[in-house]
Amino acid sequence: MRITQGCFSFLPDLTDDQILTQIQYCIDNGWAVNLEFTDDPHPRNTYWEMWGLPMFDLRDAKGVLMELDACRKVYGDRYIRLSAFDSSHGWESVRISFIVNRPKNEDGFRLDRTEAHGRVQRYATRAYAADKPEGKRYA
Amino acid sequence: MSAEGKTAPDKPGTVKLADEFAASGVGPVLQQLDDELIGLAPVKQRIREIAALLLVDRVRSKFGVASEAPTLHMSFTGNPGTGKTTVAMRMAEILHKLGYVRRGHLIAVTRDDLVGQYIGHTAPKTKEVLKKAMGGVLFIDEAYYLYRQENERDYGQEAIEILLQVMENNRDDLVVILAGYADKMDRFFRSNPGFRSRVAHHIDFPDYTDGDLLAIGEKMLASLNYRLSAGAREALAEYIPLRRAQPLFANARSIRNALDRARLRQANRLFAERDRELTLEAITTIEAEDIRGSRVFQSADRAIAPSSPRRP
Repeated sequence: MRITQGCFSFLPDLTDDQILTQIQYCIDNGWAVNLEFTDDPHPRNTYWEMWGLPMFDLRDAKGVLMELDACRKVYGDRYIRLSAFDSSHGWESVRISFIVNRPKNEDGFRLDRTEAHGRVQRYATRAYAADKPEGKRYA
Repeated sequence: MSAEGKTAPDKPGTVKLADEFAASGVGPVLQQLDDELIGLAPVKQRIREIAALLLVDRVRSKFGVASEAPTLHMSFTGNPGTGKTTVAMRMAEILHKLGYVRRGHLIAVTRDDLVGQYIGHTAPKTKEVLKKAMGGVLFIDEAYYLYRQENERDYGQEAIEILLQVMENNRDDLVVILAGYADKMDRFFRSNPGFRSRVAHHIDFPDYTDGDLLAIGEKMLASLNYRLSAGAREALAEYIPLRRAQPLFANARSIRNALDRARLRQANRLFAERDRELTLEAITTIEAEDIRGSRVFQSADRAIAPSSPRRP
């Protein structure tokens, strides 16, 4: 199941050229571009690991793409997302975030039902990948 | 709508280079280069050639004639103070106007910015600089320090390897300009043949003539809202050959330093007679005595070499 998080996730995967254009848009707006990766695709997992430091002093998108390529080389089997942080007063938050790399096979999620008090049902989504230990999930 | 309508604007019948030149906006930059930089005829010539090539390439691509982007990595060699950094700055602008580099910024670095202090420190440091330089010009001043012959475990080698790789793979993303003194750069290129072959343009910056230096001095002063009196001009013209004969002569930089000291002396002179009413003319004019106060003249009189040549 293809996970849909962040911008553009209902579109076909962006090509490198399209990613480059997006990054340049972020840089032109003065946002700091970050690369993050994870192998826990749960939508509530907000703690993705960072690849290097935020890139706030670049002029050209190609520099970010170099880092993305380096990240893909190491973590090409995981989800990688690119986010841009706007530090200007009043915003001080992430302005854009989109997935730039996915594992080859996205296993999707299982729905767990739990009986709670009375006849109440509790639901939980659990990624099939998360059953395996970290680092081996998409190997 | 029709197929003809689509293809017609893509491939023009004829193109006038003059229009293309005007549209690129590179004309004023070249003109500025001519106006502001004195001397340096071979350098200007080479820059004009590069600009022409890029312009023709642009027209060629309009006609749909494929041609690979030329390699534009350069090496600037020349004595200290011959304008290498200044020209590199202009180069970034020219290449940007011609659409060869996307942003046209200049990142100036030296060995310290590229080479790390311990194992594993160099690669990230070099990559960081390269990332910043993407889309612009990377200017490596005193590039020969990257390679230390006497120490084979020097981390400089690692920086060189990364540089070479990026210079090859990201040819259309950045232009690398290596700068340094001619003899040391020669040795550097000899011990790193990879660099020599990847650097297409070797531009040599000639020393300035005495006349050039005088003109440069006047230009520098004009930009600071000073001017030379007739006597001071004469004194400066005498000063230049005397200074050149001394060690550690650094062309335009020596002149700038000399003029800075002349400004100091002028301020001191004005301060000495502080009760006088000053005119605008008085505070903007450098007099002959301000220049003749230099130690260069004294040591020339005594005809001995100065003991500390750094402060002539």
